[in-house]
Amino acid sequence: MITLDRLSLAIHGEAILRDVSFSMVPGKTFGLVGESGSGKSMTALALMQLLPEGAETSGAVTLDDGNLLDRPEAEMCALRGNELGMIFQEPMTALNPVQTIGDQVAETLRIHGVAARAEAREVARARLDRVGLDHVPLDRFPHELSGGQRQRVCIATAIALRPRLLIADEPTTALDVTTQAQILDLLRGLVEEEGMALLLITHDLAVVADLADHIAVMQDGEIVEQGPTRQVLSEQRHPYTRALLEASDHRPARTPRPLGAPLLTASDVERHYPGPRVGLLRRGAPLKAVDGVSLMLQTGESLGLVGESGCGKSTLTRALLGLDGVQGGSIAALGNPVSPAMPNTLRAGIQVVFQDPYGSFNPRWPVEHLIAEPFHLLDAKPARDARRTRVGEALQAVGLQPSDMDKYPHEFSGGQRQRIAIARALITHPKILVLDEAVSALDVRVRARILDLLADLQDRMGLSYLFISHDLTVVRAITDRVMVMQAGRIVEEGPTEQVFAAPQHDYTQALLAAAPRLPDYARKE
Amino acid sequence: MTRLPVSMILGAVLSAMFLAMALVSFVWTPHDVEQLVIANRLQPASGDFPLGTDQFGRDLLSMLMVGARVSLAVALVAVGIGVVIGVPLGLAAAATRGSLLDELIMRGNDLIFAFPSLVIAILITAVFGPSAFNAIIAIGIFNIPVFARVARGGALSLWTLDYILAARVAGKGKIRISVEHILPNIANLLIVQATIQFSLGILAEAALSYVGLSVQPPVPSWGRMLSDAQTMIYSHPMLAILPGLAIVLMVLGLNLMGDGLRDLLDPRLRRRRQ
Amino acid sequence: MLRYVLGRLLSLGLSLIVASLVIFTVIEVIPGDPAAFMLGLNADEATVAALRADLGLEGSKAARYVSWISGMVQGDFGTSYTYRVPVGQLVADRLWVSIPLALFALILSTAIAFPIGILSAANRGRGLDYGIMGGTQLGIAIPNFWFGMLLVLVFAVTLQWFSAGGFPGWETPLAALKALVLPSIALALPQAAILARVMRSALIETLAQDYMRTARAKGLPRRQALLRHALRNALIPVLTIIGLQFSFLLAGAIIIENVFFLPGLGRLIFQGITQRDLVVVESVTMLLVFAVILVTFIVDIAYAIADPRLRRRA
Repeated sequence: MITLDRLSLAIHGEAILRDVSFSMVPGKTFGLVGESGSGKSMTALALMQLLPEGAETSGAVTLDDGNLLDRPEAEMCALRGNELGMIFQEPMTALNPVQTIGDQVAETLRIHGVAARAEAREVARARLDRVGLDHVPLDRFPHELSGGQRQRVCIATAIALRPRLLIADEPTTALDVTTQAQILDLLRGLVEEEGMALLLITHDLAVVADLADHIAVMQDGEIVEQGPTRQVLSEQRHPYTRALLEASDHRPARTPRPLGAPLLTASDVERHYPGPRVGLLRRGAPLKAVDGVSLMLQTGESLGLVGESGCGKSTLTRALLGLDGVQGGSIAALGNPVSPAMPNTLRAGIQVVFQDPYGSFNPRWPVEHLIAEPFHLLDAKPARDARRTRVGEALQAVGLQPSDMDKYPHEFSGGQRQRIAIARALITHPKILVLDEAVSALDVRVRARILDLLADLQDRMGLSYLFISHDLTVVRAITDRVMVMQAGRIVEEGPTEQVFAAPQHDYTQALLAAAPRLPDYARKE
Repeated sequence: MTRLPVSMILGAVLSAMFLAMALVSFVWTPHDVEQLVIANRLQPASGDFPLGTDQFGRDLLSMLMVGARVSLAVALVAVGIGVVIGVPLGLAAAATRGSLLDELIMRGNDLIFAFPSLVIAILITAVFGPSAFNAIIAIGIFNIPVFARVARGGALSLWTLDYILAARVAGKGKIRISVEHILPNIANLLIVQATIQFSLGILAEAALSYVGLSVQPPVPSWGRMLSDAQTMIYSHPMLAILPGLAIVLMVLGLNLMGDGLRDLLDPRLRRRRQ
Repeated sequence: MLRYVLGRLLSLGLSLIVASLVIFTVIEVIPGDPAAFMLGLNADEATVAALRADLGLEGSKAARYVSWISGMVQGDFGTSYTYRVPVGQLVADRLWVSIPLALFALILSTAIAFPIGILSAANRGRGLDYGIMGGTQLGIAIPNFWFGMLLVLVFAVTLQWFSAGGFPGWETPLAALKALVLPSIALALPQAAILARVMRSALIETLAQDYMRTARAKGLPRRQALLRHALRNALIPVLTIIGLQFSFLLAGAIIIENVFFLPGLGRLIFQGITQRDLVVVESVTMLLVFAVILVTFIVDIAYAIADPRLRRRA
């Protein structure tokens, strides 16, 4: 039994956590949910006593009968990895790139003096087998493994000594849905078989609903509600819990409209990358990132494109935007061929919103300048006054103030920045808007508002959307028709509801089965 | 509200002091440095000669002032050569990443790194004879790959960002993007590198003039003052200590300023200080 | 790994060819007739022709280039015009001074820089760190040849522990080693200051990586995590700098030899310049450039040993 009792944390005098209390029981999973910045990761680091410099804690973290907060660093070192194990969000960088995975797992055993070298390797082998890496040799380096495999190595490292508590901080956020499902299965099995307590930290309510016995909902460094999972999610006593649940399943109101003529068409598009170099002048066979894709987007339609990372959807997007040339097939937009050499007037008709609300803007430019950048595409560029007027209108259209145009991007939150990105994309009055993972980096409540905005804009301006995402829930909420992409090919296509209700292709079925879903008891109405 | 670190202020004061010395030397020096007055040789410090004189009777302070001018001028022009040629090369390499042009630029850079400034200076001197021009070229050529690398490295990380992609969607070409978006956002890196190369240039000029490959007599330079003083080191160590101290303080000043600038311009550090 | 080494070898060969072309062009093509250049303005045509024949400077430029290169490959560096002896012999004598000097300096600067850099990074933001950083800031600003003069002033002139310069030859190994002590220190300390700073910042960068957090979560104490995980990763950028520094060290050695009157390559090359002995200048610069390119190659290989991610790439 590990108990947090009125744990408070301040970093350089700024309060991060206030009176956080909960208990974790062996063989059970405790879910800690909240949006980014709510303090859930800091709770985990406080438990591990791995806080950044300048951190001050009060309250108690009780393991057996001692308070961890009072333990000297040397004793904490003996506990970490031994009684307390932890895995992190980003498996790609969580392993030492210059050490073999066997050594990294064995290290946990050797630090704590429980095994000599040869024996430690044997145990490491056994633990790697346990996490499903029985076919991977010990002398592999991290860069030779996939993201999911690396997260398994991290888990093997953390559970090498069968700790009493395993902390998993967003363990699957960086992974694809199918990999996520496998990792979650592994964690569930470990809790059951090894009898350890699991603290699962995530922003995804569907994930905790699926896995956790108890959950606590965190907001601004405080736990607003906690209890047995089913009870919390079905009763939804606290307004914040209700808001989160609503937002994570949010479907914007969309007015169905008749579809018009085809706006964007692609037929048999192929995009190749040069193969890896073999020898000095020769290269291997080219990699087909996009392999014979055809699509058609009609006026007023919202078309979804789903697929996991590396399936070629980003490469396809760049070709559709005329940024890269194609090696086979053809693309046409608004009746004209699309290519890197296409005229600016055509570019003005097809604009894009990207994923990263932080990397989307030149940090040195004011918002007016940023939004007005696509005016470069127009033959008649508006004069200064006209430009300011149009930028102001665009800002209003996306729910911001015209006065915001003199501010700089760092003065806005992630959601506001995504609104600015939409304003920039709309400034040339395009017919087609490509949304490339446009809501994927946002917290659920912000994401719901942006989806509303997109639905509203489509109704008002008669836009056509190509909505690219790995997130099935979002695609289902905003599209009329969906295409599923795997390894450069479209494997299934059809009306969204039909595909989601009765998927035909194996891959679509696997994707849908793997995607975490909120249980019915958590849905109101 | 940001507070300037003490070290940066110290650096700025030192640099400004030498800059002032160099500028004043254009219009006034206590004595004529090109005139050898044997009667005044090896004078101790006095009212007339604040730092004393050397074995040829030249006023040490005046020589240090003119020497500062030479040092600064050589280093400045050499940095200029590096920036003017290296930065566009680096930007072009980054804009065409992986292409033949990129490959050629980077291989060329590697090759220049195989020619240390001193080797270039030796080659030029062997054919054209020693001069300040020679030192500038030798140091400047070596600066080109340095700036090309910094510019390329900084630009490459920017080219992956969405706002560059957005600019391409807005129909802007690679050159325009390099100038509008990339260059202003790598300016910090370049400014910091420039102060580093500037102080390295001063050290390199001192070394070259010490072995006689830079400015020629009668124009004094810090490096040659040191080589002249070498034979006098037993009897008059101050002749060797003072010019060396001038080099150390000048370079130290520039480095402290460069460090301070880097901290000031680095957005990651800036956020932490707020 | 083999493919990587072969790739690096090829690039080494290409660099050598281009570098030799550059040197050949500067020395033998730009001045017009090297023989006339060496003899100066007043030489009569017969003497120039005789020298040209003497030095093997007849024939087309391409033929001369080929014979220069094939000579070098076989160890024939041409004949010095002033000394009237094979350059190869001159170089061989002096290498026994220059190579030990550069090597001692490299070892010394690494031996000083590593512990200082590690100590500084481990105590980041504390008094020790500030002290070390201040010291290295000063170390970087000191020209090595001036530092050499100060060492002479203190240890040779005042304390009289060492001689002020000169080289007794390796027949008396102890005396020879002693003669290289002050020059090595003069060369090594300013380089050590730079290397220590690079080591520190590379370590600080790796300390912020995610895998350091993983290491701490395993139960490694801060210091052990630094030594076991951060150090090897920080070594990768440090290796690059060590390679780059070699060329500075080489250049520095040439100048330091002047301070301590050591009969090394540096003295040879400056005599070559003052006496317009182009054959010596040409061959010795080629040798210096060869040394730098070779070290770059060695560093590339060391890089691949330190970083498993590189081994797969060609």
